Amino acid sequence: MIAARLQSEPFDSAIVQAALLAGRTDLGAAVAFTGLVRADEGLVALTLEHYPAMTLAQMQAIAADAAVRWPDTIGTIIHRHGRLLPGDSIVLVVTASPHRPHAFAAAQFLMDWLKTKAPFWKREEWADGTTRWVEAKGIDDDAAERW
Amino acid sequence: MVHLLYFAWVREMVGTDSETITLPAELTTVAALLDWLATRSPGHAAALADRSRIRIAVDQAFATAATPLNNPREIAIFPPVTGG
Repeated sequence: MIAARLQSEPFDSAIVQAALLAGRTDLGAAVAFTGLVRADEGLVALTLEHYPAMTLAQMQAIAADAAVRWPDTIGTIIHRHGRLLPGDSIVLVVTASPHRPHAFAAAQFLMDWLKTKAPFWKREEWADGTTRWVEAKGIDDDAAERW
Repeated sequence: MVHLLYFAWVREMVGTDSETITLPAELTTVAALLDWLATRSPGHAAALADRSRIRIAVDQAFATAATPLNNPREIAIFPPVTGG
């Protein structure tokens, strides 16, 4: 089971991981990835727009796909929306499995697909007052297609 | 009647986040819909000028230019996604 959450509030990676692992003694590996707002020169804020009726369902579909590929792996994915500041967390992927290869692979898969198959759009605000929509990167498509 | 939704710079260029319209019956694919929508206003035309930068979801499932339209209730038009 890999759960998906969509929220504007911050999350605590340690608490999410502890909740995921609670009561389980059969897991030998846990992986936690957090995506952050990077303070590129002059960046003031990043606003995550999403498609309310579709985004969570799409996140759940990606999570379900991962659960089929790695049946022994459990996890939680959280994606934030709204206006975020440099240093804020954007996305969390936590996975756990009996052995590390599946936890690592599932975490990477989940991130690669969240970046390319979940309807979010990033708008940057710059110190000079301008705004710019982030362009999709071919390298992200390549990463998503390898699975 | 179909509910059209626009996101990110598509929304900004069209000038609204949604509109409800009656589609002409001859629009049977996503590609035909985009061609027709582009004639609605200069904003629509500008937003849809480069189809390689446009992505579509029909009734909340990703679609392509060739996807047929079978009385859809909701069609969303947006740029390639950039979450994560």
